[in-house]
Amino acid sequence: MKVAYYPGCSLHATARAYDESIRAIAGPVGLELEEIDDWNCCGATAYMSVNEILSFTLSARNLALAAKTGLPVVSPCSACYTNLRKTEKYLAEMPHIKRKVGEALAAGGLHYDGGVVSKHLLQVVVEDIGLEKIRALVKRPLAGLKVAPYYGCQIARPLGIEESIDDPVMLDRLIEALGAIAVPYAMKTICCGGALMGTREEVALRLCRNLLLCAQGQKADCIAVTCPLCQMNLDTYQGRVNSAYGTSFHIPVVYFSQLMGVAFGLGAKDVGLERSDVPAAALLRTGT
Amino acid sequence: MKRLQPTVLYEKSLDLDLLEEISHVPGIERVKRCIQCGTCTGSCPVSWAMEDTPRKILALIRAGMRDRVLDSTAIWTCASCYYCAVRCPQDIPITEVMYALKRRAIRESRERSKNAQALSREFVKVVHKYGRNHETSLMAGFLLRARPFSAFKEIPIGMRLMKQGRLPLMARRIRDIDGLRRIMAKAEELGGKE
Repeated sequence: MKVAYYPGCSLHATARAYDESIRAIAGPVGLELEEIDDWNCCGATAYMSVNEILSFTLSARNLALAAKTGLPVVSPCSACYTNLRKTEKYLAEMPHIKRKVGEALAAGGLHYDGGVVSKHLLQVVVEDIGLEKIRALVKRPLAGLKVAPYYGCQIARPLGIEESIDDPVMLDRLIEALGAIAVPYAMKTICCGGALMGTREEVALRLCRNLLLCAQGQKADCIAVTCPLCQMNLDTYQGRVNSAYGTSFHIPVVYFSQLMGVAFGLGAKDVGLERSDVPAAALLRTGT
Repeated sequence: MKRLQPTVLYEKSLDLDLLEEISHVPGIERVKRCIQCGTCTGSCPVSWAMEDTPRKILALIRAGMRDRVLDSTAIWTCASCYYCAVRCPQDIPITEVMYALKRRAIRESRERSKNAQALSREFVKVVHKYGRNHETSLMAGFLLRARPFSAFKEIPIGMRLMKQGRLPLMARRIRDIDGLRRIMAKAEELGGKE
């Protein structure tokens, strides 16, 4: 399956391991990634706070570039994905937004008529590639490993994977297909605080504390995530959660693509496991 | 210091146009249908940290308390998780309402939420420069702008991320940055009238 790959800015920096692991599993699962040529930032949550037309235009430029390939867009980042979906929806439903965005794109010699399908990588893995194929690729089952499936907020909402707002199961099923145990995780779609870690750290730390506590309560060995920001907040700031709350969490936070890579028999380095604060490599090896 | 909350509002201090001002995004006008049930506040993972809860913000908009709403740091506590919006029985796109209020506050350079605005402003600056977000520049720029005296506390985290290869020093510009800037300038002009 060939797709237009839209990694997004984080995958070149703080979520580099996400990008590495996606590229590592792409071959085995038969996913051909054609990176959108010269893509730009999606605007994250910041642009919507500044200028609505500008925010839609940023995503529309990416959609216009992707349209040239005729392929569906695949995004591993929940914010990029939500912005693409939101832009597609508003362009389709609101003629005045479509007109303004079209005029702006024209200033850069681009044009977008709509119709590009955007998907989150998790959807492509579970729905398009399919769990049967994934199961067949598992060489090192993650037997006995207890994983908390954390979807984060944006992909579980109406602009997201359209499964369930409170209890999506897509990631749960994937974890099971890899031979691991998906523990019941009540907070699976509750927000991690996102960019609040920068602007109101005490608020984001409490949200992360709750997420970690919930995972610990289920005796999870690790948390699997689908979004760069969730990973950074839960992993990089886990030490700070511990100092703020007097806790002693030591829970690895891995991208689902890293779990896939490990189960497929790839090495820790191939999937960027060494790029986290809370080490996951040893845990995953003993999980075989 | 706790702000004094006026118990009597004078008509001249009210501005009932706020809802109309922010109604450019479809659905926002449904704020008028709010039944004050509090589902939004109950669903919100951060309402406990807001000086005015989402339910209250909706009521304040309808009451015409323009300054109180736009000065509220509550709108900047919203993390855009969309939980309130998907649960609202009146189908009010509350996340979009919050975004629209943030845009107003930024446009009017509201003093009380200056620090909260800093991240958005810095983000825009970085993307204008490179076409992409360069997280290293964003973090450094934001910290120096929002809290220059405690920015040093973030150095250990920055160093760790750098050691893990997660904070590249060099930013790469997209190839057609000129085209993107023309597009952004036009979009800004067209969207600026909101």
